Amino acid sequence: MSRFTDIYTTLFKISVAIMLQYRAVLIIWLIGLVLQPIIYLVVWLTVAETQGGQVGDFDKGGLAAYFIVLMIVNHATFDWHMYEMGYRVRTGAFSPLLLQPLHPIHRDIIENVAYKFITLSVMLPAVFLLIWLFEPTFGAPMWAVAAFVPALLLAFLVRFFVEWSLALLAFWITDTSGLNQMYAVASIFLMGQMAPLSLMPQWVQFAAGVLPFRWMVAFPVELLLGRLSPEQVVDGFLMQALWLGLGLAGLALTWNRAARRYSAVGA
Amino acid sequence: MRIFRLFFVFFRIGLMNELQYRANFFIQLLKTAFNLTWSLAAVAVVFSHTSDLNGWQPAELVALLGVFVLMSGLIGVVVQPSMERLIDDVRQGTLDFTLTKPEEAQILVSIGQVRVWRLVDVVVGPIVIGVALVHLDREIGLEDALQFGVTLVAGSVIMYSFWLMLSTIAFWFIRIENILIIFHSMYEAARWPITIYPGWLRTALTFLVPVAFAVTVPSEAIVGRLSEGYLHGAIALAAAMLVGSRLFWRLGLKQYSGASA
Repeated sequence: MSRFTDIYTTLFKISVAIMLQYRAVLIIWLIGLVLQPIIYLVVWLTVAETQGGQVGDFDKGGLAAYFIVLMIVNHATFDWHMYEMGYRVRTGAFSPLLLQPLHPIHRDIIENVAYKFITLSVMLPAVFLLIWLFEPTFGAPMWAVAAFVPALLLAFLVRFFVEWSLALLAFWITDTSGLNQMYAVASIFLMGQMAPLSLMPQWVQFAAGVLPFRWMVAFPVELLLGRLSPEQVVDGFLMQALWLGLGLAGLALTWNRAARRYSAVGA
Repeated sequence: MRIFRLFFVFFRIGLMNELQYRANFFIQLLKTAFNLTWSLAAVAVVFSHTSDLNGWQPAELVALLGVFVLMSGLIGVVVQPSMERLIDDVRQGTLDFTLTKPEEAQILVSIGQVRVWRLVDVVVGPIVIGVALVHLDREIGLEDALQFGVTLVAGSVIMYSFWLMLSTIAFWFIRIENILIIFHSMYEAARWPITIYPGWLRTALTFLVPVAFAVTVPSEAIVGRLSEGYLHGAIALAAAMLVGSRLFWRLGLKQYSGASA
């Protein structure tokens, strides 16, 4: 166990140092992450305005709260491996990673956490700025706030392992841009990125709940807003656990095959 | 006219290059269809809760989407690939090859690379606009069409000048590929009429990254809600930015040292 702690702390320090070299790039990547929720927040605020201040079960303060929390949860849970893996396989950049006596996924987890750790310094001011600009109303009971922490952690793990397993498809199809585009669109609709799922058509809500998407983002958001009953929260945790298990199983099943297929195309 | 002949030559080279990979045409077609479908779905979700968005009817918003697709295509066919190549050339020092040619360098770098298949967007965009206009309640007069044409040209000029200025920064900072991501993030905001955004964001989208003039203003023209002020503003800004980007480019070019060549 202490071997892993050593590895993790060392790699974490390296990751932070590498990322701090290109500070401007970190902020540039954040612009999209901050802007997208603002765009859809404004769209839905405009809809609420024409409808007399209410749309579905959201008033203006509720919408603002939803999209601000969405921004935080999305930032906490997102990862870029579906894009990175295609690049690694195509260019042969995977070779040195495979030579190390450590599963590459560890490095990816650490990089992800390091990125979030650094960008928090930009994300937090952005959150406060948005709270000041859009005046959200929060009203969650204490237990929901407490349950939010494990829900967010599980959401991160589910998203990480499911997307990492999907990213492994790059070993078979090499050009992943089509797959990534489809996944990105699915996540806009099914994770609750463009609208709270309760504003979506019934069948979209159903698909979001059966697939892992709702449990990656929308579930912790709704939880922190106090919009879920205790029973729904328990169900949510069970679904998260189920998808985490499926994600890990998918990973275990494909990793060895994928690594064996690897031919370092561009190297 | 020289510009058009040059453009035609480069376009032919680009076409011949890409005709080697004909399957890409179908991939682009699929991508465009897929993008259009989800954009329309997003509009449909919004309008399942309201009958108008800040005064915009569904058909008008579809027309705006058509302009968005068309403008993405115009940028994607020649502006973006050429500018990406310029940034790369500056970093690698291969801009030397362009500068030694007996032709104005700004023209050469502006049409240096053509992605022919993105023309799919340039074709699909107007089709979407046309379908939307058929469903519009009001008649489109000659004046609307004329204003649309003028604002579309102005918007394209503004986008080109903006990209050129952005890429020219490479002469000082060398590694700026990521700056282009800022543009793409901001351009996403243009899927919706700029008028819905709060003042600070509207200002940023009008003057900082002028996507308002690229998409919203031409759309307002074709659905007949453009105010005189914006029409004149678009023309004035296009002229100013064309001159401004030209001066900035000349300034940047002086910095070029062909570092790694």
